[in-house]
Amino acid sequence: MKIGILALQGDFSNHMAILEKLSVETILVKTPEDLDVDGIIIPGGESTTISMLLESSGLYGPLEVLLKGGMAAFGTCAGMILLADSVVDGRSDQVSLGGIDIVVRRNGFGRQVASFETNLDVSGITGGTVRAVFIRAPVVEKVSAAVEVLASVNYSFSGLASRPVPVICRQGKVLVSSFHPELVGEDRLHKLFLERI
Amino acid sequence: MENAEITPNLTGGTLVKRGLAEMLRGGVIMDVVNAEQAKIAEDAGAVAVMALERVPADIRRDGGVARMTDPVLIEEIQKTVTIPVMAKVRIGHFAEAQILQELQVDYIDESEVLTPADEAHHIDKWKFSVPFVCGATNLGEALRRISEGAAMIRSKGEAGTGNVVEAVRHLRSIIGDIRKITQADSAEIYAWAKNIQAPIELVREVAEVGKLPVPLFCAGGLATPADASLVMQLGAEAVFVGSGIFKSSDPGKRARAIVEATTHFSDPATLLKVSRNLGPAMVGIEMDDIEIRLADRGW
Repeated sequence: MKIGILALQGDFSNHMAILEKLSVETILVKTPEDLDVDGIIIPGGESTTISMLLESSGLYGPLEVLLKGGMAAFGTCAGMILLADSVVDGRSDQVSLGGIDIVVRRNGFGRQVASFETNLDVSGITGGTVRAVFIRAPVVEKVSAAVEVLASVNYSFSGLASRPVPVICRQGKVLVSSFHPELVGEDRLHKLFLERI
Repeated sequence: MENAEITPNLTGGTLVKRGLAEMLRGGVIMDVVNAEQAKIAEDAGAVAVMALERVPADIRRDGGVARMTDPVLIEEIQKTVTIPVMAKVRIGHFAEAQILQELQVDYIDESEVLTPADEAHHIDKWKFSVPFVCGATNLGEALRRISEGAAMIRSKGEAGTGNVVEAVRHLRSIIGDIRKITQADSAEIYAWAKNIQAPIELVREVAEVGKLPVPLFCAGGLATPADASLVMQLGAEAVFVGSGIFKSSDPGKRARAIVEATTHFSDPATLLKVSRNLGPAMVGIEMDDIEIRLADRGW
């Protein structure tokens, strides 16, 4: 098994460190030639920047085809945005790969001062809570019936009563989180992703 | 599954501060002086913009006291782009930093490019929930800034010159010393801490992990895609480009080329492709010809 990590921009090396700890073969993906893989990780970063670099590198088309063909994928934060079927508040020219039937709002929690960390109980993960770090994170606004929500946070938007916001979603082989397990060396979400390959 | 147990959400902690810097890695942060330039920068693929009234080349030319930017200008830029917006404060000027935090900028640069407000003290950055980036010319300076709470370090270089030589010197100094410290034995670590005037705990951490505890970016004098590739190959994790873009003849095209070069920094074929036909770069300055060395500000 070989996992590609999209390495156009962002914290891809943190994902690589986790997969190496799990003894999984990895390749940093920068061009279409690097796409001979069994699954792809799309890291955190700036989704607008990664989106442009996907097009200029020629990766966008081939990657979209692979995802449509059912390739396994795991996206964190910007990766969630790129894998979502629908994006609100993105740039009009921003491309999305799609892969999971959710609607996300970019920077939905607000600016950096609103970035936060919390502990999460995650369905399917044992051994205690997951430390979740949200950085200018997207908000999942809608999930289709085909999507499993594996974890939510209770969040109060601008003084309103707090409500649960999905933060880990899965549909088939596509897993997304709006936070960054890779920032704290958390490997249990990566294991969830690898289990389905 | 819903998260049954309500856990308090912690904001402004070290993880989210350093975490935003991690997200900017492999990217280009561009200096902009108005909303129009901010749009050009975002369109070109910048991961963040630095909002300021004058780019360093103009500050250098005009002289006088350089201060925090008018909040109105920063607000216009915040409204225009969706990527993070950074802004600069004078070294030691914590009141300017309080204003920028109130304005909810995404990162504060305590910068030698502005005129220092305090000749002995940098800002106690732990007191803020907005993260700070600070410049450094060597490892000791970098670790002192981190001990004060900086969540990102950038090599200072010599801003506004279009000359990359100082950025290279500072980057090589920081990374070279990190390499040497990893070879030091436990007794030598104490001597390192004393010699570079840095807290022993941070020196020990660097010795163990072989890198700074926060991301190391490069700034100061970058003007071409090749400059970006050079510093990324030397070990920078992202680049700041100040005057180099909007003092050139075709800012949008040059900005885009530098973004591509930062991503594909180790691929000469891409570098060749993006280096073609960019028009004249900004006019650079030789180090011997400058009167004020901005990098000497801060300690």
